[in-house]
Amino acid sequence: MLIRLASSTTSSENAIIIENLGKRYSIGHRRGSDDGMRHAIEDAIRSPFKRLRQRREEKRRDTEFWALRNVSLSIKPGEVVGIIGSNGAGKSTLLKLLSRITEPTEGRIRINGRIASLLEVGTGFHQELTGRENIFLNGAILGMSRAEIIRKFDEIVAFSEVEEFLDTPVKRYSSGMYVRLAFAVAAHLDPEILIVDEVLAVGDTAFQKKCLGKMGSFAQSGRTIFFVSHNLDAVRSLCQTGLWLKGGKVQMSGQAGEVIDAYLSSISQENPFSCTIAEYGLTIDKVALKNDLGKECGVFSPGDDLKVEMSFSTTKRIEKPTLAVGVFGANGSCFTSNMLLDGHQPEYIEGSGQITCTFRSIPLLPQSYSIKMRVQNGVSGETIIAYQDVGFFSVAADLAEYGYRGEFVKWARYSTPVVVPYEWKFPDGRTAAVTLQRSPQLTESTS
Amino acid sequence: MTELVIEAGRTEGQYWRDLWRYRELFFFFAWRDMLVRYKQTVVGISWSLIRPLLTMAILTIVFGKFGKMPSGGVPYPLMVFCGMLPWLFFSTALMESGNSLVTNANMIAKVYFPRMTITVSSVMTSLVDFLISSIFLVALMLWYRASPPYEVFFLPLFVLLMVASSLGVGMWIAALMVEYRDFRFIVPFIVQFGLYISPVGFQSGVVPDKYRLIYALNPMVGIIDGFRWCLLNPVGTIYWPEIAISVTDVTFLLLSGIWYFRRTERTFADVI
Repeated sequence: MLIRLASSTTSSENAIIIENLGKRYSIGHRRGSDDGMRHAIEDAIRSPFKRLRQRREEKRRDTEFWALRNVSLSIKPGEVVGIIGSNGAGKSTLLKLLSRITEPTEGRIRINGRIASLLEVGTGFHQELTGRENIFLNGAILGMSRAEIIRKFDEIVAFSEVEEFLDTPVKRYSSGMYVRLAFAVAAHLDPEILIVDEVLAVGDTAFQKKCLGKMGSFAQSGRTIFFVSHNLDAVRSLCQTGLWLKGGKVQMSGQAGEVIDAYLSSISQENPFSCTIAEYGLTIDKVALKNDLGKECGVFSPGDDLKVEMSFSTTKRIEKPTLAVGVFGANGSCFTSNMLLDGHQPEYIEGSGQITCTFRSIPLLPQSYSIKMRVQNGVSGETIIAYQDVGFFSVAADLAEYGYRGEFVKWARYSTPVVVPYEWKFPDGRTAAVTLQRSPQLTESTS
Repeated sequence: MTELVIEAGRTEGQYWRDLWRYRELFFFFAWRDMLVRYKQTVVGISWSLIRPLLTMAILTIVFGKFGKMPSGGVPYPLMVFCGMLPWLFFSTALMESGNSLVTNANMIAKVYFPRMTITVSSVMTSLVDFLISSIFLVALMLWYRASPPYEVFFLPLFVLLMVASSLGVGMWIAALMVEYRDFRFIVPFIVQFGLYISPVGFQSGVVPDKYRLIYALNPMVGIIDGFRWCLLNPVGTIYWPEIAISVTDVTFLLLSGIWYFRRTERTFADVI
């Protein structure tokens, strides 16, 4: 009794509570046409029920897999959640469960508020029907009542910009018009919780901007949004909360920017840069980022050493290979190392080996960064490998440990990324020092 | 504010509430199907007259003229048409509702609504055809100057039975079709054979008495006989045990259809 009471209070504070959610699919479900019905009939005729059940059980164990498992979350009203992850991570499954298209195998979702989901633009549009008819049909399928559609009809039409073609069958529409009309209907749903899947992938840039704008204003009016996208910039600009799914499990959740950074750096770790330049007989096998301990790593702390390790193999001797390595933040270059500039370089490379560059105690704020690299022939000056991204990493830290104070610390994400140690001195003689070093020096002292 | 709980196997109570909330969808789907059905045809809605008319002519010639079957004292075409009305409804409803889920597969995979709305509304669409052909029946009766007996007031009951049987079978086939596309081939068979094993082109009186009750297991037998009993004047008595079997049959089909549909509905989106 007590437990029930407690859980009902929490549920009213949250828009969505997901508890231990799991969805199991059996891969064998789409059996070949040869198989399905014949087997079912055979089984039905032949079977003592026990054997049937046994056989099914066996079959199931072989072919089942969990698209989603042990997912627990709670989302506050007004929170905008971006779900990221590679293909097959369970993003769509989560959305399908949330929008009740399919039932969970285990666990539970509790939803407070009117929910609408938009997994596709133009679901239920019928090619033969006119724009006007489709507005009604699509609206009804998405859950609007007839009266509601009539009330919003003019608004929808204005938003879609297809007034002149309202009585033309949509099969004669251009794809742009089609998408605009479809989104217009969806945009005028008026739910408290909106679930959106990758709908922005369609349409031209202007349209995408319009969609994002609509979603932005939707979010600002205090409504909860679940948003799946491969467009990480969109997620970053729209969402406060990030949810990173991997292999059906929550890999990380939290502040959207941090989650995206961690996701990006894990991607680059899993798919390290490699290339072959046949002309010079040079192959870059891998570019690895390693931390102080020599372990491959995608997330660093301020003050860590960052080791960029390039493994190569050559078929020809290359004279005086000249490398440049740069660390780039959102607004451009942070710092670089350049053999051309400093004049240090190997005389030649041959066979296989490694060249590493270690940046000592990187003075970077928690943001995400990319590594670019260029290889030149030091003798002729020819470019062997043009300057390009070879890796991603992010810096994560609780800045309070580094001497940062106050409520504006969260804006560090948008600050100039490089911070050399600095010190304030105030009129009263007090000083305060900030340094992005591993063991934070004391920041405030009185003289 | 009501809280919505999504949990394995816990949707039953919500389902019927949702079905009520989405009730307008019945109308919208039926409306869409009606609009779409005769798009880009030359004679349009007249097809729902031409089809029964031609069928009536053929059945009259085959059974009445060549087969010399008895008509019980009413003009043969009229007798045939009374049987054909429910039969054509049943067969169209079966084909439409059987395919209803599969043809709307895309929608089912992308948005939630009670799936029953699709299947039920496809039966509703067939009802429109039925009403149009009924107008023709009235014309036919005027032409033959055949007035219906008092029993005509029972007709709504048989119409109800007819709709219920189509719904029952339709639900079964629609749900089965989701996983077993074999039914795409089975349904035309049912429709084709059904025409001959149901008393459409003849009266069920030609069936030997000892087989009468077995024959009545075909739910259409009771329905068609009922239609004739309500509409044709000197066609004789109705065989009540047959009707009873029909009603039992239809009730069973409808309830089991709804049960099977509900049982498989939660996996439609995964399987379709």
